[in-house]
Amino acid sequence: ISPAELASTPTEEPNGSGHLMDFLDEPFPDVGTYEDFHTIDWLREKSRDTDRHRKITSKSKESLWELIKSLLDAWSGWVVMLLIGLLSGTLAGVIDLAVDWMTDLKEGVCLTAFWYSHEQCCWTSNETTFDDRDKCPQWQKWAELMTGHAEGAGAYVLNYLLYVMWALLFSFLAVSLVRVFAPYACGSGIPEIKTILSGFIIRGYLGKWTLLIKTVTLVLAVSSGLSLGKEGPLVHVACCCGNLFCSLFSKYSKNEGKRREVLSAAAAAGVSVAFGAPIGGVLFSLEEVSYYFPLKTLWRSFFAALVAAFTLRAINPFGNSRLVLFYVEYHTPWYMAELVPFILLGVFGGLWGTLFIRANIAWCRRRKTTLLGKYPVLEVIAVTGITAVLAFPNPYTRRSTSELISELFNDCGALESSQLCDYVNNPNMSRPVDDIPDRPAGPGVYNALWQLALALVFKIVITIFTFGMKIPSGLFIPSMAVGAIAGRIVGIAVEQMAYHHHDWLIFKNWCRPGADCVTPGLYAMVGAAACLGEPRRPQKRSSPLLRQSRPEKRSRKKGLNGTSREESTPPTLATDERGPRGKAPLWAFLTQDPTRVEELEALIKDTDYKGFRVVISRESERFMGFVQGRDLPLAIRKSPFKQDGVVSSSVVYFTEDAPLLPPTNPQPLKLRRILNLSPFTVTDHTPMETVVDIFRKLGLRQCLVTRSGRLLGIITKKDVLRHMAQMMNQDPESIMFN
Amino acid sequence: MSPTADGKKLFVWREVVVLMDLSLLPDGRGTNSFCPGWEGSATTMHQNFLQNNFEDVRCKCICPPYRNITGHIYNRNVSQKDCNCLHVVEPMPVPGHDVEAYCLLCECKYEERSSNTIKVTIIIYLSVVGALLLYMLFLLLVDPLIRKHDAYTQPLHNEEDSEEMRPPVDSAAAKANTVLERVEGAQQRWKKQVQEQRKTVFDRHKMLS
Repeated sequence: ISPAELASTPTEEPNGSGHLMDFLDEPFPDVGTYEDFHTIDWLREKSRDTDRHRKITSKSKESLWELIKSLLDAWSGWVVMLLIGLLSGTLAGVIDLAVDWMTDLKEGVCLTAFWYSHEQCCWTSNETTFDDRDKCPQWQKWAELMTGHAEGAGAYVLNYLLYVMWALLFSFLAVSLVRVFAPYACGSGIPEIKTILSGFIIRGYLGKWTLLIKTVTLVLAVSSGLSLGKEGPLVHVACCCGNLFCSLFSKYSKNEGKRREVLSAAAAAGVSVAFGAPIGGVLFSLEEVSYYFPLKTLWRSFFAALVAAFTLRAINPFGNSRLVLFYVEYHTPWYMAELVPFILLGVFGGLWGTLFIRANIAWCRRRKTTLLGKYPVLEVIAVTGITAVLAFPNPYTRRSTSELISELFNDCGALESSQLCDYVNNPNMSRPVDDIPDRPAGPGVYNALWQLALALVFKIVITIFTFGMKIPSGLFIPSMAVGAIAGRIVGIAVEQMAYHHHDWLIFKNWCRPGADCVTPGLYAMVGAAACLGEPRRPQKRSSPLLRQSRPEKRSRKKGLNGTSREESTPPTLATDERGPRGKAPLWAFLTQDPTRVEELEALIKDTDYKGFRVVISRESERFMGFVQGRDLPLAIRKSPFKQDGVVSSSVVYFTEDAPLLPPTNPQPLKLRRILNLSPFTVTDHTPMETVVDIFRKLGLRQCLVTRSGRLLGIITKKDVLRHMAQMMNQDPESIMFN
Repeated sequence: MSPTADGKKLFVWREVVVLMDLSLLPDGRGTNSFCPGWEGSATTMHQNFLQNNFEDVRCKCICPPYRNITGHIYNRNVSQKDCNCLHVVEPMPVPGHDVEAYCLLCECKYEERSSNTIKVTIIIYLSVVGALLLYMLFLLLVDPLIRKHDAYTQPLHNEEDSEEMRPPVDSAAAKANTVLERVEGAQQRWKKQVQEQRKTVFDRHKMLS
């Protein structure tokens, strides 16, 4: 492993001119920071935070100003949550409004004010009819605008062409922006956020450019009609906001452990705005995403989620004062006999999940290994073209997926006039709208059924190819769509069976003629829930509404490959002394005897050690402490700023008091602060299972191994992961970023 | 301000206009022939301005087909307390004794929106996309042409000294760290970061999803 790369020369000027533009200079990494693609040391972060807190508490007794500072420090957490909630809610509102408008832009434009979507344009119109409640003269389709004809084959072809062209334009813009400005903005982001929250460092993943590009390209990607959702990326956006506000307070910006508490709360805010459900957001964060979740974080997450939801409500993107994306009310109860079709829907959800996971992983592997991966922009354009061409003819796939799901969840009362609700009504009926008895299906319903079946097949196939492309994409909405379509089809089938065969045994007890027994919308909802839970298996997630919380909340993800928890026979450290790679010794030692700065620098330059053990002296190798490999060069480099007069021939000491030197010597350099005096040690006879447990539960990065009281070596988290990979006959090289 | 109050205000304004015009006429001709266009356009302008906020609330009543009457949708700008079938459905298609039965079938909802929010959001979004597009075109097309001139100085700027800090050797050169140069430096660093990200995501396909 190469030592810390300091990318370019620091341009700090000692005379300190131009403070205003200092943010343009590269920040000089501090001692105690971590390299990219490495894990943090949870114990160290926790102890640093405790130290800081103790210092502030003790100083607060000195004066009123210190007391105020301590109060501000305590409140900074809540301030950060407030800011996160405000910004997440605002961005989610912007995304919702922009998606609404741009999705409709593919089909037509509002003539009175071009910024209105279809529904908004016809909001004030009086020309809407009951059957065509979307038509109004202010909003015209493109063919009508360009040629003046609204109907006819020519108009249809022109509309088709323009639909495909707009879709291609949007997706091309999206993938270009991602490629040029922020490649980390692609994908949904949730797996990487889970990794980051469990202690991994991915620099730039939650940066400002990623935030901007993700917001902008998410709108473009969703509007282009591709089979993807925006819920997963919204979590990423919210976590970027969290990271942004962390940098305002040194309490969070300097401590990676505290920062992750804030990010957990930000993830809750993200889900809260995606669905308008604050509690759902907190549950999601608690169960799925977070590694370390103390009670304090629970309250703060809830606060952030609430603020985000209220901000979204203030922007009011849905125009009907509702917060939640899918708002349905069912008034008839369901019967026990309906459990049979519900179980069938569950089985369908499982089957679809398996199919999707296998097919998607195979397709992603192909993307990784063959020529397909070299042309990401072309791939996006091709998939968008195919999606648009196939989606336009079917009215259920032409509209946006969220609208489709809303319509499928909708119970068909007397007020609906869509094709799906084309039941044969009793003309003398005068019951209230939600208690309409079961009716026979009209021709419109049968039409809708085969169109929905086609839409189901289309969505299943196209989502496999869509997910994994280099644009922001989420999986929630397409999964729900597949489940909702399947559920609705099953619901209509059961409803018609109950109506036409009400004398069968199963229906006799429950369904009287003239009563409302079956609600197809409810079946759609059950189907959506079943399919939502499934495609999470590779990263071991599950729909939080359907599972109880597991007792081990700190289930952490190690590296970027989910690993299984079983180890076959417990090997001990004695059998793998230097780790499975058997490389050169992983440590060197520094002694307490005075060394000079230039000797240390020579040591660092020639070698690339992960860590240095400090012993009392070369003769008696009594162990004193441990220095992180990255900290030593940083401390030496920072030394001219911290202590004046330190030059290459200065003496370095790790003890509390400086060694006695003649006064002609230059100022000695004290490096005690980078020395860890209490590293964790295990013996070489410790079973591997225990070692893995220690790493997992304590959040260690490395652990020292002793034999008979003498230091033998060091084992790091990556060594453990490689060992486990070997045990499972996976490629140990796949442990990321070696 | 309730909608009726708005109506009153509009009404008053029109009256004022009419009065003013009458007083200016020496020979007692009617205002319509004197300056009809001006008065008409002024009032419609005022009407449009109020309409924006005026029509951001509505009560929408959906009435299904009933006997031989087809279904209909009624929209009206009424306040929330008046949002019911009796106030909104006009003209009532059924005779008096049937009104209650008809209204039981209708469903009325009060909705409001903020058209200004929509307008501002869309325009801001479009300008952000436009700015990013321009910057992208600049980076892809114009920047390489500019950089060609500075190609020979590139190796000097990118030299990395991993040695210890040198004190600023040339104070004149150090002072030349103007804002522009620092922006340049920041931009170079950012480009390098993006390149690293691109290698990870596009070449090595290391992202999970």
